[in-house]
Amino acid sequence: MSALTGTTLLARLVLRRDRIRLAIWILGTPLLGYALAGSVAGIYPDQETRLGYATTSASSLVARAFNGPIHGTDLGAVVVAETYVTLALIVALLSTFAVTRHTRQNEETGRAELLGASVVGRYAPLTAALLVIVAANTLAAVLLAVALVGAGLPLAGSVAAAAAIGGVGVAFTAIAAVTAQLSVTSRGANALAAATVGLSFVLRAAGDVLGQQSADGTRVRSAWPSWISPLGWGNQVRAFDGERWWVLFLPVALLLAGVALAYALAERRDQGAGLIAPRRGPATGAPRLLSPTGLAWRMQRGTLLGWAVGVAVLGLSMGVAADEFNDMIDANPAAAEAINAMGGGADLINAYLAAMLGLFALTLGAYVVQALLRVRGDEADGVLEAALATAVSRTRWLGTQVLAATLGAVALLLLAGVTTGLGYGIVTGDPLGQAVELGGAALLRLPALLVVAGVVTAIFGLLPRFSVMLSWTALLVFLLLGQLGAVLELPQAALNVSPYTHVPAVPAVDPAALPLVVLAAVAAALLAVGVAAFRHRDVPS
Amino acid sequence: MPVISIGNLVKTFGAIRALDGLDLHVEQGEVHGFLGPNGSGKSTTIRILLGLLRRDSGDAQVLGADPWRDAVRLHRRLAYVPGDVSLWPNLTGGEAIDLLGQLRGGLDRRRRDELLDRFDLDPTRRCRTYSKGNRQKVAIVAAFSSPVELYVLDEPTSGLDPLMEAVFQDEVRRVKQAGATVLLSSHVLAEVEALCDRVSIIREGRTVESGTLAELRHLTRTAVTVETARPVTGLDALPGVHDVHEVDGRTHLEVEPAHLDELLGQLIRFGVRALTSTPPTLEQLFLRHYGDDSAAAATGVPAVAASGAAAAAAADAGAQADVPQGGAR
Ligand SMILES: Nc1ncnc2c1ncn2[C@@H]1O[C@H](COP(=O)(O)OP(=O)(O)OP(=O)(O)O)[C@@H](O)[C@H]1O
Ligand SMILES: [Mg+2]
Repeated sequence: MSALTGTTLLARLVLRRDRIRLAIWILGTPLLGYALAGSVAGIYPDQETRLGYATTSASSLVARAFNGPIHGTDLGAVVVAETYVTLALIVALLSTFAVTRHTRQNEETGRAELLGASVVGRYAPLTAALLVIVAANTLAAVLLAVALVGAGLPLAGSVAAAAAIGGVGVAFTAIAAVTAQLSVTSRGANALAAATVGLSFVLRAAGDVLGQQSADGTRVRSAWPSWISPLGWGNQVRAFDGERWWVLFLPVALLLAGVALAYALAERRDQGAGLIAPRRGPATGAPRLLSPTGLAWRMQRGTLLGWAVGVAVLGLSMGVAADEFNDMIDANPAAAEAINAMGGGADLINAYLAAMLGLFALTLGAYVVQALLRVRGDEADGVLEAALATAVSRTRWLGTQVLAATLGAVALLLLAGVTTGLGYGIVTGDPLGQAVELGGAALLRLPALLVVAGVVTAIFGLLPRFSVMLSWTALLVFLLLGQLGAVLELPQAALNVSPYTHVPAVPAVDPAALPLVVLAAVAAALLAVGVAAFRHRDVPS
Repeated sequence: MPVISIGNLVKTFGAIRALDGLDLHVEQGEVHGFLGPNGSGKSTTIRILLGLLRRDSGDAQVLGADPWRDAVRLHRRLAYVPGDVSLWPNLTGGEAIDLLGQLRGGLDRRRRDELLDRFDLDPTRRCRTYSKGNRQKVAIVAAFSSPVELYVLDEPTSGLDPLMEAVFQDEVRRVKQAGATVLLSSHVLAEVEALCDRVSIIREGRTVESGTLAELRHLTRTAVTVETARPVTGLDALPGVHDVHEVDGRTHLEVEPAHLDELLGQLIRFGVRALTSTPPTLEQLFLRHYGDDSAAAATGVPAVAASGAAAAAAADAGAQADVPQGGAR
């Protein structure tokens, strides 16, 4: 088929460009899986501890929202509950970014034009990217299955769990294939796909929170929203609990549909173009645009708006869900007993809310990284060169970007706290009070985000060429330490590397000033290092 | 006081020695051509002059200040057009021009509108949607809208059509008239010839030649073809005469301008019937310096001139071949 001419060659090119990333992905996932399974086996060695875990997980809305539905007391089921959501999110984002990188980004940079003028079919670049990324997901899943079996878990369940993770990757590969057709910029394509990941998380969390606990108390039957979330499908396979293999067809079906849609869109659009025709704009720059600050705001506002919508939706829904706790405790004496054994209903709600705010802070770390990496993007594009050839100092330029990212983070944190508080307050009858309280609690996470900003700035100053990779890696490490550090029983010294470790989990605990001050000081030091290094290095470099 | 003064400038990128003892002097009020083969270090030099890159060693002064330490203060007094213009994709051209102008410390609104008009640029389009030439125009308009003392232009016209090239040349003349200094890196020799008072040619990070075009011409040989009554002899013994060969009764040779006089004195003795003398074209001038054979460049034996002679011989052979054909008809 002539539309596919050159696919093999291009696939080899993708492999060549990404050999290191792919190797880390394909080997890292099973290694992580193996380590996690081993740790969980150590923490929950016998039926008794696992029964306790399953019962609590099935009744706790926090656990349902963040870990997904529990399926029985098999060791494998506990491993899945502890690790699935994190692994699935990572695989989803890896797949998404990889697809964009090898499709829209090539069009944006003009590389695709060079390729398109050679003997390469219209669908070849997309197909080559999808082939490699689906293959990577498959290979990573096969190795993950081997790793889980190696960790002593049953064969069928291991295969199902690994396939569930791989399925998430495949599903988001399909979604990214479509978003890459829609947006003109790779940033936009990634943002759309990442928004889909976020939406999937919310839908899955909602479906699992609204689900039914089984009679024996160790299982959750998710409600319908989980079924329209590709992230939720993996849980519905019910690995280690009478596997439902047919669910694995859902990601495959989505892949086929996504590829068909992407092909159809590719057929209808020009290379390099999106689906929306470019519009004209103002012939002169408005005064408020004409400064580094004005420019930073102009560049950030779209991203910020997207994040704000996502945060508000997530905050409101998670806030409303919090109240279900009370109902559930009333309706289910057994669960209430289990929860009270863990420290009481009110405290659990606060623990849930604190966990929510912690999750927001982690997620908003991605906003900070994304916002600050713009400077690096500008540098790579050559725009920074033009800007610094004007009478704007490097310190002012970088400082403005950091300030913009910080203000954005403040606004989003506040929004996260306020919407969560509103959601919870509306159902409990105290919207204003809760909004104020949780808004304040959310802002206490700011120092951690400042450290993230400091890390990115320092990397940008010292190792500009590796900014993108190192910044995201740092955030990923913070995420893994936060989400899986406890499961892996990592030493406290390792956990302390993440700024998020040090933020007091308000409202579950009382606020403490010292850690926040220390975090802020660390952030300031990192920022100073970054700015100083930026002032003394070549641009572009 | 020179506006730009660079001495023994060195810049390395890891193992790559991009600048290797470069010298450059640009005087107040002149348009200075900055020439050299691809990768010879022009853009690197310019980025050092803008304080974007840090020099490893050597001196660099722009408008009497250190470009690295005083970057911001200097940038108020200069405007820059990069060779490969990239802009904020989601701003319009008009917004980008205003932004760059404002960041530089303000622009002349009237001039801006006039330039937009002269360059026939639609300021309402997004930068993403501009063609290469139009992107280039955005940077040019932004630069020339600011009344500054120094214009640093790195291949500013790459991608401009001939009409726009003419407009660009007018603009350079205008700012020169106003007393500004221009550093113009370019591969368009006609543009250099039309605009530049002086040029510097660099190669592999080193300045190989600097002076007015007339001075540079003087360093390059003139090609002479002469038809005489009697066969010419004794040319090889003359100083400054090279590449003597005879084709079809005509003598071809090359002579250094300084020795033209002696040559003519010798030729006259053999009864000159026809004589053509071709001064070196600008191309030959530059090709001589750009050529890859550095030994040839050093000894003054032009590698390219030899191939030029070969081409001329080939053309002669072609002309010969034409004659019998014409005769047969
Ligand atoms: N950031 C960099 N890292 C490594 N090498 C570089 C870098 N920038 C420039 N170089 C090298 O320095 C040398 C000079 O490059 P420069 O861009 O100054 O050339 P140029 O004279 O402007 O060429 P052109 O006419 O093609 O624009 C080249 O060998 C180039 O490869
Ligand atoms: Mg250059």
